[in-house]
Amino acid sequence: MIHPIPPGTRDVLPDEMRELRRLNRALIEVFEARGYGEVATPAIEYDEVLARGGGRAAETAYRFFDESGDLLALRSDMTVPIARLVASRYANAEPPLRLCYLASAYRAVRPQRGQMREFVQAGVELIGAPAPDGTAEVIEVLEAALDAAGLDRAVIGLGDADLYRQLLTEFGIEGDGREAILARLATHDMVGLEAELAAVRGLGDDQIATCVALAQMRGGREVLEQARGLGGSAVERATAQMQATFDALEQRGVADRVQIDLGLLRDLGYYSGAILEVYDPALGHILGGGGRYDNLMRRFGVDLPAAGFALYLERVHVAQMEEERRRRATS
Amino acid sequence: MSPNVAASIARADGPLKLAVPRGALLRETLDILDEIGVDTSGPRSDSRSLIFETAGVTLVTMRPSDVPTYVEAGAADVGITGKDVLLEQADRAVYELLDLGFGRCRMVLAGRRGDASLGEAQRRLGMMRIATKYPRIAERHFEQTGRQVEVIEVKGSVELAPLIGLGDGIVDLVATGRTLEENDLEVREEIVECTARFVANRVAHKLRAAEVDDLTAKLREASGR
Repeated sequence: MIHPIPPGTRDVLPDEMRELRRLNRALIEVFEARGYGEVATPAIEYDEVLARGGGRAAETAYRFFDESGDLLALRSDMTVPIARLVASRYANAEPPLRLCYLASAYRAVRPQRGQMREFVQAGVELIGAPAPDGTAEVIEVLEAALDAAGLDRAVIGLGDADLYRQLLTEFGIEGDGREAILARLATHDMVGLEAELAAVRGLGDDQIATCVALAQMRGGREVLEQARGLGGSAVERATAQMQATFDALEQRGVADRVQIDLGLLRDLGYYSGAILEVYDPALGHILGGGGRYDNLMRRFGVDLPAAGFALYLERVHVAQMEEERRRRATS
Repeated sequence: MSPNVAASIARADGPLKLAVPRGALLRETLDILDEIGVDTSGPRSDSRSLIFETAGVTLVTMRPSDVPTYVEAGAADVGITGKDVLLEQADRAVYELLDLGFGRCRMVLAGRRGDASLGEAQRRLGMMRIATKYPRIAERHFEQTGRQVEVIEVKGSVELAPLIGLGDGIVDLVATGRTLEENDLEVREEIVECTARFVANRVAHKLRAAEVDDLTAKLREASGR
């Protein structure tokens, strides 16, 4: 007899579980070896606490009242709960703090997409280490994690979360037009972007060209030079920061797999400065992401810069299997 | 975006895979591919094959409405499809890189010629019943214009619906308007103009940047934009 489970959830049977367990262990070992201690937090929290993450991160999909009438929610990622944990348990600790996790998070599914309501993330948070060296350390750990998973072809995209907000301010674009442009940039709709920019009154052709060109600039170090050629203070600041991060990565000898991407825009509400995305050629979806969230800890009463990343464990597992299959086919 | 394991499809390396829409957009899609030097003799032949290897890209033919699905999953790296399809499947995470300009048509609200039932239904019943193959575009349009509708999804010949009493009007794609005319229907409102678009998978756009940019530049030039 079949007893259904909710769409977007699943059971894991022993063959898969064995592989997942091996992957989990490899990742946690990488994190622990670099001084990141594993933590666990409750899957349910007070909704008001998670809402401090702001933006998309705050949009917890599953909320309910407990027996005393308090509004609870299932966490939608681990960064906000860890910010809460650090503020509560390590208020007087000497920074930086290095924490890692392997945990389920919960998000709404859009119908008929095969998306998961419950999914597992593995990641780290480095709290109290400023850019650029804190960012470089997080990227170094991420690369080690990808190596441990056997994804030696994976690439890390490095962008800047503030670039377009500052660029649009510099161009004097406010209000609805601004939101519409940022929405087009977030979905990388270049046709819509050009249309929205053209609809802004008083915007010069060169300013439109700058915005459109920036969104498509991605590649190695040379991209920073090209971007700088476009001029302006927002571009200057973002490229200087990315340059500093890239220099710090080169010093650590881990810059090879990092793609500079001025078109990157993650939609979680708490990012500022460097942002990351992870890709593997064997998979059409992103494997994970992260970045700096220098303003998040302040919302919990502790003013510390921070950065981190999260990998979607199930996707890493899919990519791992595809890469193994590919290696078998080519050997 | 939450993770989507089931639809994750591994991509082999090799030439870029380009999703080519069958149907109304096929001929002009193949014409523009000819112009940028892609060999289209395969899909132009009577072959029943769906996949055609050429020197630069692999052409994969499919229904236009499947293009976003294949491109989002990375099974095709890039693709061409109508803006109507992209609007209807707005939650598909694909990068829209270029307006190719061809395949121009309009998404419209149409009703029976000289018939007042659209207005009457709204006034007396508080809502219109609209038959369409594009339920999400229709819902969004009426929501944005502050009107209540009951959207009835049908799969084929939507012109039939109001003629025999399924709905007060239709939302449909119109190229020349001849089908409407032949069925005694007329355009009441224009919702959006649609053309063919060039789209890319997010990961392919990052990891095969040079190839995707090169193809985009060639298509941009050929489309005269």
